[in-house]
Amino acid sequence: MAINWFKYSSPASFYSLAGKMIPLFAAAAIILLIMGLYVGFFVAPTDFQQGEAYRIIFIHVPAAWMSMFLYVVMACWAGFGLAFNTRLSSMMATAIAPTGAMFTFLALWTGSLWGKPMWGTWWVWDARLTSELILLFLYIGFMSLQAAIDDPRRADKAGAIIALVGVVNIPIIYFSVQWWNTLHQGASVSVNQAPAMASTMLMGMLIMVFASWMYSIAVILKRVRIIILERESHTAWVAELQKEGVV
Amino acid sequence: MNWSSLSEFLSMGGYGFYVWGSYAMTLICIIGEILLISNRRRTLEKQYGHTSGLDKKRDINETTS
Amino acid sequence: MFLWIIKRDLLLAVRRRSDVLITLFFFVIVVSLFPLSVGPEMNLLRTMAPGVVWVAALLASMLSLNRMFSSDYQDGTLEQMLISPQSLSFLVLGKTLAHWLVTGLPLVLMAPVLGIQYDLPGDALFVLVISLLIGTPVLSLIGAIGAALTLGLRGGGVLVSLLVLPLYIPILIFGSGAVEANMAGVDFAAHLSLIGAFFFVSLVFAPWVAAWSLRVSLE
Repeated sequence: MAINWFKYSSPASFYSLAGKMIPLFAAAAIILLIMGLYVGFFVAPTDFQQGEAYRIIFIHVPAAWMSMFLYVVMACWAGFGLAFNTRLSSMMATAIAPTGAMFTFLALWTGSLWGKPMWGTWWVWDARLTSELILLFLYIGFMSLQAAIDDPRRADKAGAIIALVGVVNIPIIYFSVQWWNTLHQGASVSVNQAPAMASTMLMGMLIMVFASWMYSIAVILKRVRIIILERESHTAWVAELQKEGVV
Repeated sequence: MNWSSLSEFLSMGGYGFYVWGSYAMTLICIIGEILLISNRRRTLEKQYGHTSGLDKKRDINETTS
Repeated sequence: MFLWIIKRDLLLAVRRRSDVLITLFFFVIVVSLFPLSVGPEMNLLRTMAPGVVWVAALLASMLSLNRMFSSDYQDGTLEQMLISPQSLSFLVLGKTLAHWLVTGLPLVLMAPVLGIQYDLPGDALFVLVISLLIGTPVLSLIGAIGAALTLGLRGGGVLVSLLVLPLYIPILIFGSGAVEANMAGVDFAAHLSLIGAFFFVSLVFAPWVAAWSLRVSLE
C-alpha cells in the first residue's frame, strides 16, 4: 500500500484535516494543563532550598524548551518549503513563528521573575538567558522580514533563508555566549540547573511540557488554516467552501 | 496537600508575587494569542462577505443571529 | 570577471567618495561619543574601549550594507549579473570584498587612532587591529546575506540590522574578548583563531547564500 505522502500537502485537503485535528489537540492541551498544574501545585513538595518560588519551573522550562524546539521545527518546515517548493510547508513555518516568539518571551519573563528571588536581580547575563534573548531577536527578525515583503512567495523563500541561517547560528551563538559568560564572571556564578528534581516535580514539569506541545500544535494549526484561507482566497475550493457556508 | 488555607496558597511561601506574576503573564499571553487568531479570522470572514460563517458549525449560529 | 567587479566597485566608491567617508566618520563619531557620555575617567574608558570600538565598527559596516546591492538593483546591472555566465556567488563575493575594502578596511586603519583616545596600551592596540582585520570581512560577508534578502524593501535599512545583528554577536564577543584578554594578560590567540574560523566558514557559505537570496529577491 503506497502511502501517498503528498496527499495532505495540498492546502485544500490539509485544511479539512487540520480542522478536524484542532479540537483534539486543544482538548488534550487543556487536560494536560490541568493535570500538570495540579501535580505542580498540590502534589509536588516544597523545595528545601528555594521554598515555593521553584514552582515557576512548571512554565519556565516548558516555555524555554518550546521556544528552541519551535525554532528548529520552523526552520525544518522552511527548509522543506524551499526544497520542495510546497507552499504549505512555508505557510507552516510562517504559522509557527508567532507562537515560538511568544514562548521565548514567556521563558524570558518567567526566567527573570524566578531570578529575582533566587539571584536577587531581574536580569542576570547568564548564558542561557542571553541566548534566549538572542533567539527572540531571531524570531522577530524572521517575522519582520516576512511582514516587509508583500509577495507571499518571496516572503516564504526569504523567510526560509533567514530561518535556516539562524538555525545554523544557534549553536554558535550558544557556545560563544557560554564561553563569554564564563570568561567574564568566572564559573562561580553559573547557576545550578534545576534544583535536585524530586520525582513529582519532574513529572509535573513533563506533563506541562506535553501540555505546551499540544497547545502549540493546536494554535499553529489554527493559524495555518487562516493563512491558507488568506493565500488561497482566489482558488475554487475556497470559493466553493464559502458558498456552503461551512468550512 | 501542602496548602492549609487559600491565603497560604496565594502567598506561596512569600514568593507569591513572583510565582503568580509569571503564571499571570503566561495566561495573558495564551489568551492574547487565541484572541489575536480569532479576530484575524473574523476580519477574514468579513472580507469574504455576508453570512458565510467560515468557522465550525458553532460559529454559524453566532454570525447569523 | 572577479577582478573586474572589484575594480568597478572600487571605481564607483572612489567616485562617490562621500559614502566611504560617511562610514568612517560615523565610526569616529560613535567611538568618541562614549567618553562624553561616560566621563573622562581613564581606566573606566580603557576597560570599555574594546567593546565600544567593536560595536561602533559593527554599526558602521551595517550602515552601508543596503547600499551594497541597491544601486545596482535600481539601474538594472543586478539583472545582468544574474544572467551572466559567471557564477553569481563569485560576483557576490567580489561585491562583498569591494564593500569590505570601502568600509571595513578604513575602520581597521582608523581603529588605532581611536584606541589611543581611550589610552589603550600598545599591544592591546595591535590586537584590536588584528581582530578587526579578521572580523570586519565576516561582517561584510554575513551582511551581504541581509542586504540581498532585504533588496528593494521599504524600510530595508532597519530590517537589515534586525536580521543581521543576532548573527554578528559571536564575532562581537570574540572580537572584543580578544582585546580584553590581551589587556588582562591572558592568552588571546584562541579568540583570534575563532574569528578566523568564522571568517573561513562565512567566506565559503555567505556568498552562496547571498546569491540564492538575490535570486529570490529578484524573481
